[in-house]
Amino acid sequence: MKIKEVINILNAKVVSGHHQLENEVEFTFSSDLMSDVLTVERDNILLLTGLANLQTIRTAEMSEISNIIFVRKKKVTTEMIQLAEENEMILIECDYSMFKASGLLFNAGMKPVY
Amino acid sequence: MFMNFEFNVEGGNFTKAGTASSQVKKILKQLNVDSKVIKRVVVALYEAEVNIVAHAWSGKALINISTDRIDLKLTDEGPGIPDIELAMQQGYSTASSAVREMGFGAGMGLSNIKNNCDELEITSEVGIGTVVQMAIYLNTK
Repeated sequence: MKIKEVINILNAKVVSGHHQLENEVEFTFSSDLMSDVLTVERDNILLLTGLANLQTIRTAEMSEISNIIFVRKKKVTTEMIQLAEENEMILIECDYSMFKASGLLFNAGMKPVY
Repeated sequence: MFMNFEFNVEGGNFTKAGTASSQVKKILKQLNVDSKVIKRVVVALYEAEVNIVAHAWSGKALINISTDRIDLKLTDEGPGIPDIELAMQQGYSTASSAVREMGFGAGMGLSNIKNNCDELEITSEVGIGTVVQMAIYLNTK
């Protein structure tokens, strides 16, 4: 699934990495716990999270995750955008809850990691 | 090939947590190390770095890269770990709420480290600090 389709399904807004709308994502992992995110071994991952701070971006960097959606109206900071740009990530804000966003993507055919 | 790097890790400063891991990742990429190995190294190092930021006052990370292995030694000045076996148990944590707000502190750090290392040794002295020594082999698939 292309990230632009994900954005459409979730009625979400891109806040950084506008040139990466064609990114392909095959799996989604939903978590606020960064140690859980660090266990994910697959490629082409989309991360859904309610944790909006610098460590979210750092964790994605270590996990080779380039696509992050912040749920529950969490706002991305300028420091986060700066670090995301250095690492070629697309950051997206979404008003839906983690449950709703996950459910919509699952219904649309997104695969779970575990 | 034999290279040494040293990084300081500041206790309590979450804005800087992960900077050493980020540098090491860039170095390993430049050296064309296999991406799966890079991920194991940086996940283990990042968790160890977060541990110093979360629990200790100050620390440093020494990284040795040789032809067949990467050795990582993290030494901190901090409260130490009274019971290492207990600390290794998944789910056991003494992390503060500030650490939990950063997305860590669920008691998974040390087991994540263990899962990504080929060798791991932890020594600690209460009131003095902790030493975490890790090794990851380069020629494994």
